[in-house]
Amino acid sequence: MTVETVGFWVVATVLLASSLAVVLTPNLFHAVLYLAAALVATGAIFLLLDQPFLFAVQLLLYAGGVVTIVVFAIMLTERLVGERIRQTSRHLINGAIVSAAVFAGIAGFLLRAPLAMPRPEQAGDATASIGRALVGPFAVTFELLGVLLVTALIGALYFARGEE
Amino acid sequence: MIGLSSYLVLAALVFSIGLFGVLTRRNAVGILLGIELMLNAVNINLVAFARFHGDLTGVIFTLFTISITVAEVAVGLAIVIAIFRVRRTVEADRLDLLRG
Repeated sequence: MTVETVGFWVVATVLLASSLAVVLTPNLFHAVLYLAAALVATGAIFLLLDQPFLFAVQLLLYAGGVVTIVVFAIMLTERLVGERIRQTSRHLINGAIVSAAVFAGIAGFLLRAPLAMPRPEQAGDATASIGRALVGPFAVTFELLGVLLVTALIGALYFARGEE
Repeated sequence: MIGLSSYLVLAALVFSIGLFGVLTRRNAVGILLGIELMLNAVNINLVAFARFHGDLTGVIFTLFTISITVAEVAVGLAIVIAIFRVRRTVEADRLDLLRG
């Protein structure tokens, strides 16, 4: 049992448990906190895959940014006191059947695919390679991403603005 | 040694859990949380393939999906807040204005 093997199983357990908690807990506010745990666990998976830069991005944008926005949205749309924040689920059986079928489909595909490839050695510094790729072959996409973020910012402001 | 298939099975499980959340949650914010889980599973897949193929493209695409998801969440929650102002509810079942 290497450190990587133990780390993978620990992180996978945390990720699956918190993901289940996100979809099953009746309190929406708790669901967001479990989502933060799941996002950090996903970041740890990136760390296991030798991508420390993605881990940092995941923590900053997801666990920091998205969770904060969702918490704000819940506080603006729900009464924090009383039973309003408790929410029920519907079609539990149907949802379980559909998602189990989707998982069975993916698993059946994975079983037939030739995936037993060896893990290649990490070639150089991953972060430096990401930086070079972003201003090299992916420069146009990178710029388009900036346009998208500005558009999303303006769109969000437009939707959420107060009455004139 | 953890192989590629372990990461892919883990991602598939998280994706299915997220799909379950999207299908069963009544609250629009809860549905968005399920979508977040599904997108995370996709990111795990991309990074795992990138690492095991020794190709950086998957990592770059993960960066792009993360940024696009953040933009999507910002716009989605702005829409949820705008809907709440008008209808005083974010229950997806009761937002049926477009139903014929």
